[in-house]
Parts: sequence; structure tokens; C-alpha cells
Amino acid sequence: MSEPIVAMNNSVQAGGVREQDLISSVQRGQHELFYELVRPYERRVYAAALAILRNEHDAEDAAQEAMLKAFANIRQFRAEARFSTWLIQITVNEALMRRRRERAVPMEGIEDRRDEESEYAPRDFADWREIPSEALERKEVRQRLAEALGTLDRKYREVFVLRDMEHLNIQETAEALGITVASVKTRLLRARLMLRDLLAAGWEQGWFSRLPFEKGNKPW
Amino acid sequence: MVDQKMLNCEQVWREISNYVDGDVDGALRLSMDDHFRTCKRCSSVLAGTRNVVKLYGDERMLEVPAGFGGRLEKRLAKSAAGSGSRWSSWSAWLVPVAALALIVGGVLLTNSLSHGRFVKSYHAEPGNHIPPDLVVVVSDGSKVFHVAGCPFIHDKASERTITAKEAMRDGYVPCTRCLRQYLKTSVTGPPSVDDASAEAEEEREEVVSAASH
Repeated sequence: MSEPIVAMNNSVQAGGVREQDLISSVQRGQHELFYELVRPYERRVYAAALAILRNEHDAEDAAQEAMLKAFANIRQFRAEARFSTWLIQITVNEALMRRRRERAVPMEGIEDRRDEESEYAPRDFADWREIPSEALERKEVRQRLAEALGTLDRKYREVFVLRDMEHLNIQETAEALGITVASVKTRLLRARLMLRDLLAAGWEQGWFSRLPFEKGNKPW
Repeated sequence: MVDQKMLNCEQVWREISNYVDGDVDGALRLSMDDHFRTCKRCSSVLAGTRNVVKLYGDERMLEVPAGFGGRLEKRLAKSAAGSGSRWSSWSAWLVPVAALALIVGGVLLTNSLSHGRFVKSYHAEPGNHIPPDLVVVVSDGSKVFHVAGCPFIHDKASERTITAKEAMRDGYVPCTRCLRQYLKTSVTGPPSVDDASAEAEEEREEVVSAASH
């Protein structure tokens, strides 16, 4: 049982060493290796930009611009940070800057904070089943999940994407968005519970009716 | 502060995200575990929350538009061609150029300090504690200064008398014969190869000078 874990750890370490080599080479002037360095993070960079900008064209442009900025500033990168986190933070900054520039977004008002601080009661579903990861092979399922995510309010969506999709930790998420750790935790809780409710409702509405679900999970 | 012995559903919901992340202390976790065992609704919420984290955390949920990578690569290449000159030409070359300048400067400075002036012959030695007011003789076409009457003065027709200080300032070096006592080699030991070279050069100059006259 432990062998795959050891193998995975070795693989991760090897990947880390390889990445560090690539970073050093690019910093020394081998610019052609930069794309090889960032290619594994294309999806994450794009997803971070899309979560903030909500427009595919804008997200791609922002993601590319973020990569260019990372390229121009690669010599400033220090190994004490994870390269992926550094890259995502540049992307988030780029996307937030574009959003501020293109449309004035009012500061969060009192109502927003009240909404955030109020209790959220997850819905009680009579019939709910776990959606297995294998279901993600189907584009239709991914589409449904993306739609559910898109219905979340911006502040919940951004935290959720950075924390649960980009896998930044709580502190990194707070720093990237310029909010407190407590706000990250509150928004993350709300986002997760709302998505759980949306997916459960989708199950009731037959979104995933043709999926080969695992053994039923009917708590009551 | 959550009363961990009597958790109600609202309290569990408030902490359920931290629970999933393993970000609750041991006592709270035990209390929540107890609650999940007896509360079907909360255990459903927990399972659903975990399902959300698992599904959205899957790499397959991150999709990019078709051709994204190719467009990015092109843009990076274009940027490298343009801004690369700004970045690599200046920053990358600045350090080695500065280092080279320092090395060259250091060599010149060392040379300057060791000789104190430029010399007409690098094969000869600059002398050692030669009295600056010592009257010496130089002549046109020669690199060497002598004491008056030295048999090795060539082109005696053009000889003129100056001080040793002036001679050394003008790049003349002491004659290895008549001023031997002031050469470094005379202090440190027998004549070196360089010393012999200086003599040979001097003799060669005398031959050339004599031939030209």
C-alpha cells in the first residue's frame, strides 16, 4: 500500500528538482525553456483568470499576460516560494487589475459582509448521491459543475477556485486576494456548502441521471 | 468558542469546512465525529462537501480553450525576441563585462604600482633605491641611462646629463653594468634570466645603433 505513495513522492521530488533546474536555466538566460517550465500550469493559470474575469477571451489574454510578466520577472523568483503559487499570484493580480480597470467594481458594502457573516443552512435533501470522479470524463458533467460554480457570487467563487481548484493554502489565498484569513475561511465554507446544495439539487433534477453512480448514499 | 460536548447542527455546519481541511483541534474533531454518527443530515452535508472538494479539485475540471498552449508559446517567443534584448543583453552581459573591466583595471593598476611609471624596456629592471639626484647620462635612441664615463653609452654625440629621477620619469632604465649596484637582482642574488635578457637587449640595441651610424 505504501509503495505507490513512495513512488509518487519520488516522482514529485523529481519533478521539483526538474522544475528547479528549469528555473535556474531560464534565470541564466535560456529563455526558450520558459514555456517548458510553465506548460504544466497552463490550466491553473487560465482557471484563476477565468474565475475572476468570467470571460474566456479576457481570461486567456490575462493568463498570457501573466505568463509574460512571470517571464520578465523570473530573475526575481526565489526558491523559498512554490513556483506554481508565484505564478498564480501574478495571474490573480493581473486579472484583478484588469477587472478594476475595465469596470469599476464597488467596494463590498455592508450588505455583502452581512451576507457573508450570516449563518448558512445547507439544504436537506431526501435523495443525494456522491458523484464519482470518473464522471468527470464526461464533458457534460464538467459543464454542469462549471455552470454551478458560475452561479456563485464573485467573492465566494474566487476563494473557492484558488483554494480548492488551484490548491493554494488558506494563507496564500488570503494574500492573493488581499483579504483576511478569517474571510477566506468564511467564504470557503459558504462556497462549498452552496456548491454541495447546487449539485444535490442537480441530482434531483436529473443532471447526472445517466451517470454510473457508486452505491447509493442516502443518509435518511 | 464552540461547546464541544453539545454540538448542534448549526455549530457543525459552521466548522464543517475546517473539519474537511483538517483544521480543527482534536477535541472538536471528536465531538463532530460523535455528531456525524447520530445526525444523518450533517453526515450528508459532510459527504456532499467532501464530494465537492474532490470533484472540483480534479485536474480535469481545469480546461483551457483549444490552441491556448500554441498561442501562449508564440507570444512568449515574440516577447523573448523583443524584450529578451532588454533583459539578456543588458542584465546578463553587464556582470561579465564589469568583471572583465575590473580584471583589466586590476592588471594595469598592479603594473602601474609595481613600476611606478612606464618604462622603455620591460626586459630591464627599474632599479632599486637609486638616489634621485644622481647625475646620469642618456642619449638619443637608447632606453638606458648610465653614469658618466660608462663604456656602454652609445651615440655619445647625443648624450645629455639629467638626474636619475628625471631619467626614470622619462622611462629610461638603469644600465645593468654601470648601475648594477642599484638593480634589484644585485640585492636578491645572482642575475636572473630577465637580467640576462636585459643585457642582451641592451647589447643588441648598441649593435643596431652602431650599425646605423
